[in-house]
Amino acid sequence: MTQPTPTVAPRDHISAFKRARMIATSSPVVFVASIILMLVVLSAIFAPWIVPHDPIRLSPAVRLKPPSDVYWLGTDAYGRDLLSRIILGGRVSLVVGVASAIFAVAVGLGLGLLAGYIRWLDAVLMRMVDGLMAIPSILLAIAIVSLWGASLWTVLVAITIPEVPRVVRLVRSLVLSAREEPYVEAAIAAGTSTARIMRRHLVPNTIAPLIIQGTYICASAILTEAILSFLGAGINPETPTWGNIMAEGRVYFQINPGIVMWPGLVVSVTILSINLLGDAVRDALDPRMAKRGIER
Amino acid sequence: MSNNILDINNLRIALNGDEDKQVVKGLNLSIEVGQTMCLVGESGSGKSLSALATMGLLPSVLSPIAGSIELKGEELLGAAPARMRALRATGVSMIFQEPMTALNPVVRVGQQIEEVLEFHSNLSKSERRKRVLEMMEHVHLPDIEKMYRSFPHQLSGGQRQRIMIAMALVMRPQLLIADEPTTALDVTTQAQILKLIRELREEQGAAVLFITHDMGVVSEIADDVTVLKLGEVMETQKVEALLRNPQTEYTRGLLRSVPSQVPRMARELGSQEIVLGTDNLCKTYGGKGFIKKSREVKAAQDISIKLMKGRTLGIVGESGSGKSTVARCIMRLVDPTSGSITIGGKDIANLSQKELKPERKNFQIVFQDPMRSLNPRIEVGQSIIEGPLNFGVPYNEAMDRARELLELVGLPGSAVDRFPHQFSGGQRQRIAIARALAMDPDVLVADEAVSALDVSVQAQVLELLAELQERLGLGILFITHDLGVAAQICDEVIVMQRGQIVEYGPAAQVLGEPQQDYTKALIAAAPGKHWDFANFRPFSEAP
Amino acid sequence: MLGYILQRILSAIPVMLFVALFVFLLLRLTPGDPAAIIAGDSATPEQLEAIRTSLGLNDPLLTQFFSWIGNMFQGDFGTSILSGKPVIELIAARMEPTISLALTTITLSVVIAVPLGVIAAWKHDTLIDRIVMLISVLGFSVPVFVIGYMMISLFSMKLGWFPVQGFKPIGDGIGPFLHRIALPTFTLTLLYIALIARITRTSMLEILGDDYVRTARAKGLPERYVLMRHALRNCSVPIITVIGIGLALIISGVVVTESVFNLPGLGRLTVDAVLARDYPVIQAVILLASLVYVVINLLIDIAYVLLDPRIRLS
Repeated sequence: MTQPTPTVAPRDHISAFKRARMIATSSPVVFVASIILMLVVLSAIFAPWIVPHDPIRLSPAVRLKPPSDVYWLGTDAYGRDLLSRIILGGRVSLVVGVASAIFAVAVGLGLGLLAGYIRWLDAVLMRMVDGLMAIPSILLAIAIVSLWGASLWTVLVAITIPEVPRVVRLVRSLVLSAREEPYVEAAIAAGTSTARIMRRHLVPNTIAPLIIQGTYICASAILTEAILSFLGAGINPETPTWGNIMAEGRVYFQINPGIVMWPGLVVSVTILSINLLGDAVRDALDPRMAKRGIER
Repeated sequence: MSNNILDINNLRIALNGDEDKQVVKGLNLSIEVGQTMCLVGESGSGKSLSALATMGLLPSVLSPIAGSIELKGEELLGAAPARMRALRATGVSMIFQEPMTALNPVVRVGQQIEEVLEFHSNLSKSERRKRVLEMMEHVHLPDIEKMYRSFPHQLSGGQRQRIMIAMALVMRPQLLIADEPTTALDVTTQAQILKLIRELREEQGAAVLFITHDMGVVSEIADDVTVLKLGEVMETQKVEALLRNPQTEYTRGLLRSVPSQVPRMARELGSQEIVLGTDNLCKTYGGKGFIKKSREVKAAQDISIKLMKGRTLGIVGESGSGKSTVARCIMRLVDPTSGSITIGGKDIANLSQKELKPERKNFQIVFQDPMRSLNPRIEVGQSIIEGPLNFGVPYNEAMDRARELLELVGLPGSAVDRFPHQFSGGQRQRIAIARALAMDPDVLVADEAVSALDVSVQAQVLELLAELQERLGLGILFITHDLGVAAQICDEVIVMQRGQIVEYGPAAQVLGEPQQDYTKALIAAAPGKHWDFANFRPFSEAP
Repeated sequence: MLGYILQRILSAIPVMLFVALFVFLLLRLTPGDPAAIIAGDSATPEQLEAIRTSLGLNDPLLTQFFSWIGNMFQGDFGTSILSGKPVIELIAARMEPTISLALTTITLSVVIAVPLGVIAAWKHDTLIDRIVMLISVLGFSVPVFVIGYMMISLFSMKLGWFPVQGFKPIGDGIGPFLHRIALPTFTLTLLYIALIARITRTSMLEILGDDYVRTARAKGLPERYVLMRHALRNCSVPIITVIGIGLALIISGVVVTESVFNLPGLGRLTVDAVLARDYPVIQAVILLASLVYVVINLLIDIAYVLLDPRIRLS
């Protein structure tokens, strides 16, 4: 190679906070996405204190009202304020998104490390991963929820299981390629134990890709939760979630499309923001990462 | 009008068009009909970029900001894209370093040559095919009808480069640019390709711009030489004049660093203690498979070697000779199929990784690629003390020793807190050596440890290894493809070919008076073997 | 090469076995009495016993598993609890709308997405590239049913161009068929455009940086020829892979789209079965979908061999 080798930015000395700020302000689009996401998260956290109306109590007198000064986005079939329900509904969606990202990444990291380092286990695990990937995720999720009953936990499990195989594959391929690195072989030659090689030389290589994959899983989980609820196979319909609100609005779509469209807009914008942020993180941490098999 | 094919005047290339980020700083260069101009420089000299600028193929982040490039009086900088396309292949052609990646893997090689004619000539399909076959014959490819239909992966490295040359010359351009065309090839293939380029240049009356880092190659092919350093021209001279009487200190240093092909004086045999021995070591890959047996490859066969304390044993060979397999078996990074490996008086060939662990401190390795041999995420001090910590050395003690070691390899002890990316390639290789030494090994395996380094850095690292050996009494097993390097550092040399030992003996004997045909061929193919670069004269004039 | 293909076919068997085992255990390992879950809370003991017998829940697990597999090889996929009809008949009756929707969607997506991806890569970092990328991120972010309802409210309710719901088989004439299937197809297409355009762009970008593309340019070939002949041809493997996997997983999208547009396809069948806990139907649909996935993956692998001389000729 005779071209100048690009100098690596000494990223080791930048604090996590500074780096997050750098990513958030890397482009106007990403900046707007970060603001939106922050608003969604804050409004979900403080939902009980900021909702303009009671999101649960039925008020048959004001059913299916169009947007007005009192009900900014109108009311649903039971006379409940749509805006209040959307704000409260964000709680479940965000919890599902974040929790399944964490679970999927944690389980996938563990299994992926095992598969990447223990040869006989690799064959078995990869067949199971292939099998799980063969089952369409929505089908698997609705089957699990319908059998095990519709609680927050079953929905979480049902959404997380189909995400795990992709993480396993990602971690495994990262481990396999890192194993070939001379610095790992030097560690073997220095008598370092397998457990320590994993902790010190292999796991750190997976962190950046896993953060990125985690954001995509978060987005995808929120989407799946909405679809499950929409199909009637999600969390108990009495709990307001974005999917549940839309599911209830289906029947009245021709009368008041807003019941489906407003939560739909909020879901879409939220997921869009997470995805954009994920792309920005990817570009900042490693522009070549798309090549390493991280895809949604 | 002058006789010049190419005239480059004050060419400046900059990153993002920024004047302060120039990578080529005022290149002047001209080549006459039938002449070969070598552009020589170490990495970062801008030699390849100048070539790409001539082809109009610079990556988009780089752009010429000043100067001119004229091909037969026609300005190429700023030429319309359509004109530039028309000139490529007909006026100026280029061949590249790595012929495997430079050819499209899914298109038959014959068609890849034919494409050139399709867009630059009016020949009919059958005429085109005939012309391609002629050209393939011209570059001495065997069995051309069959080869026409072959895919790149079915050809050898040398054949692929011949295809590239045929492709470049099929329209008889006035200028051929060759960018390190033999660097990725074995030495015997390299000699053939250099001969072919010389031959075709005469036949077609083309001018050649030949880019290389290798002074041996320069002495074989150049008429004129331009030396570049970090984008600046150091000097331009006729080749003979440059090699005899370099004008700048930089060129003198460059020439002095070239390892001579003549083996160094034999050292007195010191200790007779054998620190590393193998007996009938074999490694076979493949031969297993569920449905179909995969092809068995005997990567190393019956390798028996002895390495004495304080001595250097070299293993030389071309790619695929099995020299690295032997190194990796000895390090137990791969498991040998049979045979024994004795280190520190113990056979380690069949120990489990667990049983092996206490033995590990006796033998350490330095790898080829300085970019990848240190974990980029941890401080170099941590990398160095990893081994000692495994063997129970207290942290502070290990860290003090790491500082000492860094100083021993010529770096400041305070560097322990820095990360690998803050060092140059040569410095990183020094750190890798320090890491190996931290274990106080008896045996150091250097697997192409200087091959990725620029020649001036390579000389420094070799010097360091020799010095450390003197001081610590290390036994070094030195794996290399470069006969010159082997000649300069080894006491004994093993020549390997296709997994087997061809010749084994004292360096002066194996490299000075080889007995086997293969060794003779290797030595004969080494470029620049008649020149004693370090003393600025041909060997024939040596006193 | 034949050996390679044979090996791929054989390696699909353990994958399918795992899927079968997983689906089988999903019901059996459910906490509580599976029969009670299927029958619902109001079931009488007799009803429960009938379900147990019909699913063979009283036998040992291993016996159940093998007799279930054995029955499937004889074409017996069980009987629907909801309708009492053989599952295989139910599935066969619902195939056409789903296959139609899958094919129209994939065709339209490929026709739009591949050129978009190629242009985006070629014009890397320009406005066109950014727009394509934005469409792609949008496709991943907006739930399919939201797009569906937007389509309905715009094209059906406001403009009245297309019917809100329903399906006409292609046997009723190509006009009515297309008229009905247009909106569902448009709805589902956005997701697939996102998927395919993105992968096309990524692989094109990667390949445009390869040495042989530089060689092609150094030969003075026209840019269009370099793109089509040298770059796109080498991208065919990832593009075909993503199309194949998209096709294999389209059932997920179909489930939602069919619900929105009320198409009588497999997706509706599944949702109805899930809501009624009609487990034999759910089981069969999952197995069928997984089989389709495995078979398509097999075909992709074979296509891969055919497209790449490095494997074909070794």
